[in-house]
Amino acid sequence: MNTPNDLLYAKSHEWLRLEKDGATVGITDHAQSALSDVVFVELPKTGRKVKAGEVVATVESVKAASDIYAPVAGEITSVNSALPNDPGMINREPYGQGWLFRIQPEQPKPTGLLSNTDYAATLTS
Amino acid sequence: MIPFAGWNLPVEYSGLLAEHKATRQAAGLFDISHMGQIRAQGKDTLSCLESLLANDPAKLKDGEGHYSFITNEQGGVIDDLLVYRISPEDFFLVVNASRHSEILQLLKKHETPQVRFSGNPGTASGMALQGPQASAILNQILQGAPLPPRNHIAKFTLIGANVLIATTGYTGENGYEIFSDIPTGLKMWSALLEAGMPFGLLPCGLGSRDSLRLEAGLPLNGQDLSPEITPLEAGLGFFVDLSRPRPFPGRPVLEKQKKSGSPRICIGLQGQPGQPPPRHGYPVFQGDKQIGVITSGVPSPTLGHGIALALVTTPAPGCGQDLEFEVRGRRVPAKVSPRRFLPKK
Repeated sequence: MNTPNDLLYAKSHEWLRLEKDGATVGITDHAQSALSDVVFVELPKTGRKVKAGEVVATVESVKAASDIYAPVAGEITSVNSALPNDPGMINREPYGQGWLFRIQPEQPKPTGLLSNTDYAATLTS
Repeated sequence: MIPFAGWNLPVEYSGLLAEHKATRQAAGLFDISHMGQIRAQGKDTLSCLESLLANDPAKLKDGEGHYSFITNEQGGVIDDLLVYRISPEDFFLVVNASRHSEILQLLKKHETPQVRFSGNPGTASGMALQGPQASAILNQILQGAPLPPRNHIAKFTLIGANVLIATTGYTGENGYEIFSDIPTGLKMWSALLEAGMPFGLLPCGLGSRDSLRLEAGLPLNGQDLSPEITPLEAGLGFFVDLSRPRPFPGRPVLEKQKKSGSPRICIGLQGQPGQPPPRHGYPVFQGDKQIGVITSGVPSPTLGHGIALALVTTPAPGCGQDLEFEVRGRRVPAKVSPRRFLPKK
């Protein structure tokens, strides 16, 4: 499974990319592969304030609906508006065009997240 | 792989959507070795089965099969099954994996020197070849031997072994179910995959088996059927024969429901594209009133929107009426529809 080294990971299979003006969140390659073909995505409202670990989105494949958790506390600043019309993007580009939402983290330094190698280790154990 | 009724079964091989599409457009091959195969033999077999099954096995001719139920005293469904008559003293039953041991035990209570039941879990192989190309693929292996007509079963000698081939399935497509011993099953699986490849056949897992059966409006025991749900509530009264005099478990309850209606009934629901799909357990509303619950739901790969079976109180809203189901605290619109979501083949 692909786990890029410039991202931080939650045990619940979300990734976080820290940027100058906030952070982008998506689900990992492992998560998209386990879900298989995504057919529906429900994204949070822009402006919503969330706690770390709070359910913020839902990704549905033919077989099941899966909750997506906020990897950090903060405010949702935008969502990937292309996803509802092309949810399969999550399967094709989980770390690229298949991103879910952007968040302005409350804390500049996120805590409780894993490096790519530590996350990859959770998948094999 | 996921645990399923004591078995480990693949949810998908190459991908649920690809497998679903292959079965609708070409062919799919499903390992159904987990399904319970029970043989009932002896001179009193028919009479014994008549007193246990909700559909009348006496209607079956040699080589014919039909859908039936084993019900409890309340008329609820212990299991739904396929019953085939091989010969007057030899019947073949295919039951759900989750109920196999329970049904075998129940049947064995009625065993006498004139009727014997056999078929322990894990001792036989079964596979379903389904889809518009199923006949063409199977003919490659049968090399001209005529296949049985729909809902029939016949014995064949294939790869040097005895197999039973039934013209039945659980996908809404034409197709076959092939039953044999395990070594023969392994050879058949490989032979069918190879023969099917040029036709676009894919091996299919539990995931597409579920989405295919639901598009065809076929019930799943444990969700749409249960010991608390009668066949009449499930809308399957056609497969309960009350015209014969013979009693069977729960018959009085079913007769009452047939005469004066059941308190609940299973309806079909269709959602809309772009809305969250319905799922098992979601509540169903008519206006402000909850009238029932979704028993099976899925985003239909063929239709592109959600479809569901729901058990609702009677009188139930008719086809075309607007209802709602609740997803994560919000209401989503759905229309009442026939339970078969795709046209019949």
